[in-house]
Amino acid sequence: MAVTDVADVTSGTGPAGTPVGRRIVLGLAGLGVAGIIGGRAIQDRLAVWLAPIESRDPTGLTSLLPLGNTFRFYSVTGGVKHKHAIDYRLDVTGLVERTASYTLADLQAMPQTSLVRDFQCVTGWRVPEVHWQGVKLAQILELAAPLPTATAIRFTSFDGEYTESLTLEQARRDDVIVALEMLGKPVTHDHGGPVRMYVAPMYGYKSTKWLSGIELTAEVIPGYWEDTGDYDVDGLIGESNGREDDPA
Amino acid sequence: MTIRRFTPGEHLVHRSVAVLMLTCITTAAILYNGFLAVPVGHRRLVKLLHVYSGYALPVPIIAGLISAAYRADLRLLDRFHPSDWQWLRSRRRRDGTIPVGKFNAGQKLNAAVSAGSIVVMLATGTLMYFPHLARLSWRTGASFVHDWFALGLGLLVIGHISYAVRDPESRRGMRTGEVSISWAEEHHAAWAAELEAAAEHS
Repeated sequence: MAVTDVADVTSGTGPAGTPVGRRIVLGLAGLGVAGIIGGRAIQDRLAVWLAPIESRDPTGLTSLLPLGNTFRFYSVTGGVKHKHAIDYRLDVTGLVERTASYTLADLQAMPQTSLVRDFQCVTGWRVPEVHWQGVKLAQILELAAPLPTATAIRFTSFDGEYTESLTLEQARRDDVIVALEMLGKPVTHDHGGPVRMYVAPMYGYKSTKWLSGIELTAEVIPGYWEDTGDYDVDGLIGESNGREDDPA
Repeated sequence: MTIRRFTPGEHLVHRSVAVLMLTCITTAAILYNGFLAVPVGHRRLVKLLHVYSGYALPVPIIAGLISAAYRADLRLLDRFHPSDWQWLRSRRRRDGTIPVGKFNAGQKLNAAVSAGSIVVMLATGTLMYFPHLARLSWRTGASFVHDWFALGLGLLVIGHISYAVRDPESRRGMRTGEVSISWAEEHHAAWAAELEAAAEHS
């Protein structure tokens, strides 16, 4: 009798026991599916509930929780050099009548536009209601006076690697800015400062960080993530990379 | 006197999964945390490493099925008996009063939760990596699930390693496949008794 009990426990030669392991695997898979479908609503609610705790948390431990509403910092090279007011330049080149090389002070002296929009990454994460301020790209284009042959813009980054593009028509939208401020203060280095693009209607990858160059081109030249076929050149939120109507 | 606990094939599965899992965790830490992501940079490379090791993770787990010993152990891990629930509830689970088979209930839970989490990570990671597969709100949901399961699975792996660190003989069991009879009698009494009974019969 004792031997049967032992066999029962170890090898399953007696009554087989219950397949709890399999049920756990299936249960977790079900939880995953529910999370994919309902996760966005849960995340939005969690963010609202936890915001007061987060803002009063002296340990900073809540920031380690994956609430999903925080920025992830993307950098495609190894280490980006810091640029400050003294050595920062934004060059406007290519098919224009007047090329330019703006300092940070030049950009600060231009009329500033503010926007409050959700920051949406193509992989799914988003940060609600981010405040941005800067110069409308349309203004810089007007000063440069694009030649009739110019149809698109190529953005370059002083990280030496990243590039992006917009059509001239997209670039002239009111919600496309050369951002100098983010969240009420100068754009930090990690967020792509001192100057970065913010293309409000598009996924984050369209908003070049560490912006150093605006070049007018005869046609759209696909950017860093588009060259590899990872993401669409036309990065409108909700209308590309898996369609859905969700204007930001 | 030693007895065999794992075969070389099982050791190979475990080692492969360990290397891939640690690669996933390390690259995930870099991708997720700004204080690592900015100095390390090279996002495309780190992302590819993460994605490839993630997709490779189930390969050894499934390839192991050609081994009969591995299949038998999977079956043991899958099946729960009344004594397993008793073991999980009892504060005296470590003193040997409750007969423990080849795997204790904690090890069974670890195996099941790890396997289920890997399935979920694969599915949600796929939705994030191929943005054309699903609508944006599902991708946001997938990111949310991927993040929380990553936290849970990471803690589970840390727990798994910390139990292993505290028990050199169990590590030797995985590394060499052999454990001493005295260790087996102390930690897996019912398994040891069954092996001894089988030895007597033969």
